[in-house]
Amino acid sequence: MRRAYVYKAFERFWHWAQAILIMFLAFSGFEIHGSVSFFGFENAVKYHNIAAYMFLILIAFAIFWHFTTGEWRQYIPTYEHMKAQLDYYLFGIFRNAPHPTKKTVLSKLNPLQRIVYFGLKILVIPIIATSGLLYMFYRYPQRHGVEALNIQSLEIVALVHTAAAFLLVAFIITHLYLITTGKTVTSNLKAMLTGFEDLEDDEHANEEEKIVEEVVEEISSVK
Amino acid sequence: MKKIILILSALSLAAVVIISTVTKKEKEPDGLLALKAKYAQKHTPSVDHTKFAVLKTKFTSPQQVTEACISCHNERHKEVMNSNHWNWEREEYIEGRGIVYVGKKNAINNFCIGVQGNEESCAKCHIGYGLTGDKMNFTDAKNIDCLICHDNTETYAKAPEKGGAPDPKLDLNNIAQHVGRPERSNCGVCHFFGGGGNNVKHGDLEQSMFQPTREVDVHMATDGANLQCVDCHVTEKHNISGKLYSLSSMNRNRVKCEQCHTETPHESDILNEHTVKVACQTCHISTYAKVNSTKEFWNWSTAGKLKNGEPFIEEDSLGNHAYMSIKGSFKWGRNLKPEYTWFNGNATHYLLGDKIKDTTKPLVLNPLEGSYSDPDSKIIPVKIHRALQPFDPVNRILIQPKLFAENKGEGAFWKDFNWQTAAEAGMKQIGQPFSGKVSFMRTESNWPINHMVATKENAVKCNECHTREDGRLAGLNDFYMPGRNYSSVIEIFGKLLIWGSLLGVLIHGALRILSSYKLKKKGVK
Repeated sequence: MRRAYVYKAFERFWHWAQAILIMFLAFSGFEIHGSVSFFGFENAVKYHNIAAYMFLILIAFAIFWHFTTGEWRQYIPTYEHMKAQLDYYLFGIFRNAPHPTKKTVLSKLNPLQRIVYFGLKILVIPIIATSGLLYMFYRYPQRHGVEALNIQSLEIVALVHTAAAFLLVAFIITHLYLITTGKTVTSNLKAMLTGFEDLEDDEHANEEEKIVEEVVEEISSVK
Repeated sequence: MKKIILILSALSLAAVVIISTVTKKEKEPDGLLALKAKYAQKHTPSVDHTKFAVLKTKFTSPQQVTEACISCHNERHKEVMNSNHWNWEREEYIEGRGIVYVGKKNAINNFCIGVQGNEESCAKCHIGYGLTGDKMNFTDAKNIDCLICHDNTETYAKAPEKGGAPDPKLDLNNIAQHVGRPERSNCGVCHFFGGGGNNVKHGDLEQSMFQPTREVDVHMATDGANLQCVDCHVTEKHNISGKLYSLSSMNRNRVKCEQCHTETPHESDILNEHTVKVACQTCHISTYAKVNSTKEFWNWSTAGKLKNGEPFIEEDSLGNHAYMSIKGSFKWGRNLKPEYTWFNGNATHYLLGDKIKDTTKPLVLNPLEGSYSDPDSKIIPVKIHRALQPFDPVNRILIQPKLFAENKGEGAFWKDFNWQTAAEAGMKQIGQPFSGKVSFMRTESNWPINHMVATKENAVKCNECHTREDGRLAGLNDFYMPGRNYSSVIEIFGKLLIWGSLLGVLIHGALRILSSYKLKKKGVK
């Protein structure tokens, strides 16, 4: 066991800001949809749009961060241990079996997380963002006579946006539950709050991390 | 520490953005201030008619007044005689019909049905004199009634059933010396009383509009901008802009809110975006007939009942006619929510003699064209006046009965109370066939609502349309509207997904608690 700095400051900020925004967007969005009623339709639309722009800005920063840090590699899907991970959630977890995949700083996502987060990043979020932007701006071609870009009906845009929203809500429910399946019920939550987590020793991983640390030190000493 | 400062500054920046956007102070758009300044200027006439000698010689007939007017305004009568106020018809191009002349002469409505055969009574609202007998003489300039529009004394009035002539007791000299720009009172004496009584026809034009409050009409309010009709209905050479689609057909010469307010008058982009598909009136006229009731339903089929051989009148609780032997029974409404329809500015009309395809369905007398997919269409508010009115079931045409006559025995329904003779006399006069049978069918007429504009606080709220159940636009179903529409397939799958996830994690969690409890009991670590 050793204490490792798993989630960097920006990463945590991004995660929590994203969490708040998605939940707020979902709530205000489903008010616009007619499923709940709280702010009133007019305010729900106003707040939903403000939050949407904030979400877009956050996404832009997150993309920049993922590429400059190389953290995007964490999300490359792999089939390795996927079945084991599934078995763990279906059976092993009830027998206090150990986690089948070791969490390390360089590989902090298990195969199921990888595939799900990957799907969110390249499918669900882009779809909901694009359909959201179309929702806001689909009238502009018609008003300004741009016949080629004219979207006749909001229907398809709105239905895609709604379907993606249902997926995100289902994800949040599952995600909120699955974070309790760490070493202890709150260990994952604490890690995402503080950035630090107790990771199991893993020689291979330790070595990798050591190399990274050395390189970082070298770079800072050169400076 | 550095990171905390960074995060805190990012969060506070976000907070500033949110708070400033949400609590933005509402300021009056610049355009509105300019408009208020423009219309605050009082109109001052450039001549004083009391000083003209020609208006001091004693007038013994209204035609003499007109001759005096024309002696100075010596080309104006030609403009007037070109107008539809004079001719009671317009040249229109109607898809499928070609070029036709549409007007009171040949259209049928579902109030008093039509002018034909009833000229002497209807001429009370013609801008001329001499509509006596059954001839419409629209060629003599002396018969122009200048005063009905230009009298500024508010004393001029036409006598009933005299072919358009004024009350003989009036001081025509005084009136002629006090003429000027038409005021609400000039337009109102006819347009507020169409259909034989106050607010019968329009619903949004009635006697409370002579001196309206801001609550009744924000533009014409005497405690507000106090606009006159002609401030919006801009008039050049007696060609008055704006018309109602009960009688006009083509998308031209219209009065639009946009001519003062522009197409994007709101601070909010979302509201401005609505103007692509929604007319201003739709949101800004939330109710009409705000002060006095308007007719919603007219049942001609009950007309003709007599008490002791005499016609009678019954009133409802608000003092409106509920039954009249001469006209049938009515339903009135006050503070009404409009109905809504797509409209691209073109209408067609049922004209005298048109064959009716299906007499079991309501016949729309002036169908308004438009749909969601038509880029020129917008949603407008309308009053739909419904009626049961006489038609000839054999010839399948609406009947123009003769209603008015001086004496009994001339076939007029209002004297003789006999549908057969009234229909025969009426149809004979307009040269249409009559089979001898009179039946009654449902008809509808569309009256676009353009007046009684509400204060902004009383405009229609978002959720009055954007709502699942019983929204104002519940009747318009050819488009997707957020808050109202959804796909039941996506809805079911989405709900299954959410409830499935919830149920799944609950069961999984329960099993974990259960199993860890069991394991603990067994002493397994």
